[in-house]
Amino acid sequence: MSLHKLTLHELKEKFTKGEVTARDIVSAYSLRINQVEPKVKAYITLVKESAMAQAEALDQKLKTWRRTMPLMGMPLAIKDNICTEGVLTTCASRILGAFVPPYDATVIARLRGQGYLLLGKTNLDEFAMGSSTENSGFGPSRNPWNLSRVPGGSSGGSAAAVAADECVAALGSDTGGSIRQPAACCGVVGLKPTYGRVSRSGLVAFASSLDQIGPITKDVTDAAMLLNVIAGHDPLDSTSADVPVPDYTKALKKKDVKKLKIGLPKEYFAEGLDQEVEQAVREAAGELKKLGGEIKDVALPTTGAAIAAYYLIATAEASSNLARYDGVKYGLRSKQTKDLLEMYMKTRQEGFGPEVKRRIMLGTYALSAGYYEAYYGKAQAVRTLIRRDFEAAFQEVDLLVTPVMPTPAFKLGEKIQDPLQMYLSDIYTISANLAGIPAISVPCGYSKAGLPIGLQILGRPFEEETLLRGAHAYEQATGWRAKRPNIR
Amino acid sequence: MKIGKEEVEHVAKLARLEITEAEKEAFSKQLSAILTYVEQLRTLDTEGVEPTATVLEQTNVLREDRARPSLPVEKALANAPEQADGFLCVPKIINGT
Repeated sequence: MSLHKLTLHELKEKFTKGEVTARDIVSAYSLRINQVEPKVKAYITLVKESAMAQAEALDQKLKTWRRTMPLMGMPLAIKDNICTEGVLTTCASRILGAFVPPYDATVIARLRGQGYLLLGKTNLDEFAMGSSTENSGFGPSRNPWNLSRVPGGSSGGSAAAVAADECVAALGSDTGGSIRQPAACCGVVGLKPTYGRVSRSGLVAFASSLDQIGPITKDVTDAAMLLNVIAGHDPLDSTSADVPVPDYTKALKKKDVKKLKIGLPKEYFAEGLDQEVEQAVREAAGELKKLGGEIKDVALPTTGAAIAAYYLIATAEASSNLARYDGVKYGLRSKQTKDLLEMYMKTRQEGFGPEVKRRIMLGTYALSAGYYEAYYGKAQAVRTLIRRDFEAAFQEVDLLVTPVMPTPAFKLGEKIQDPLQMYLSDIYTISANLAGIPAISVPCGYSKAGLPIGLQILGRPFEEETLLRGAHAYEQATGWRAKRPNIR
Repeated sequence: MKIGKEEVEHVAKLARLEITEAEKEAFSKQLSAILTYVEQLRTLDTEGVEPTATVLEQTNVLREDRARPSLPVEKALANAPEQADGFLCVPKIINGT
């Protein structure tokens, strides 16, 4: 059995039973990375050697030490916008091309506390702005199912690494779909927790009222295991919620959705949805009915306005967050400058890529004198309407099921020249961020061309357990994971 | 909504971004297209609707004002493009000698 093919819970079981050592595990992943990474390009930075050194030290320690920890010896990949002390964290931007964080993000400290091994930092769209990883300052990642397709984005490197078995699991971040959309493109599981469920301390900020960290994994059980470790209040993040953290793996015991009401929002099955995707998602709803769920049609009338509201709010927040890249405290500084203003202007010109500049421009415009009310203010009011839609729907149902993306993974280069077309591929994922609710993407089939299709399940705030229960029951009943990509 | 070259230049200056002639052209076209798309928000009635800045309930999260260990200066400055004597350096701001 090739170790790299195992899920996190399978690998953990083997390790806990003493069937494999941490060294065996890291060796298996090193080999796998050497084989497929030149094609997939999931990583920006690899730290296989330090993972191996830690694995060997762990094996040594375990000769006399009886402790087990949830992630002991488990090699993970981390999106390169999450700070790792002493390990390059670039956000796929030239402006942070040499940035080595002096501290760990809270999620990293937690993973470390549970014995994980860092394998490397994964590729993304620069500062998590994009839906394909093509906006990376270091070149795009590829979809393991078809190397001419994008892996989705912005956490495309993490999703591709999990799908290609280049790590056992990964962390991503999701501001408008950046965990769920690449998970769908790559045929893996991606969970965006409730806003406030997971600390963002040490996550490089994009849009602070929307950003959330979450797991990208081979199956739903693995997602629950990782959420157990990363969830919870953090004094270093004033937006993290002081809400008790249950054992999420317990929610997986039921293996059915009896007594759950499941809504199909009609606005998510409108024009622009690919036929194969629609069919797969409707069949998934049928499967959930077989598993005991009551399926209902519901309405989320403001859905059509979500992208417009999102691209004003997210860019406004980004224009403010990214003001910190000024060439003073860290990161790139242009060499060609004679005064302070010129230093700012040239540093940012040289350091940021086209999409980041475009969003800074849009956000600055939306916040500028004379336009603030018409754009930013209006978008925030529409955000309230979107939240109310969900609040009303969740009076009627416990979960919502929808597509993750209007189409399967598109081709590299297909949308990169047309920013608006690229934005429109986020149409089904954005609302969950605006409303702050949890949502998960699970595989629900394949297109005729052999590309994975994702099912999105959305739930009430802090009800990740219900979400995971539904996703798990569906996954266990269907077994889509049996099919794996053949990377060539 | 059309955003012309001059307005692009103005916004770029506000954003402290130097942009090339080619970028001015491109941004003018792309931002116009995006702003035209977001015009659709106007069709929604938001009269009397409170804006949502955050979905969180909590406000004014406070902590005790207590000293605790912080990053040592060398570590905090390790990523600085230019530093001297424990300070960050920037180009001269005040003219004269």
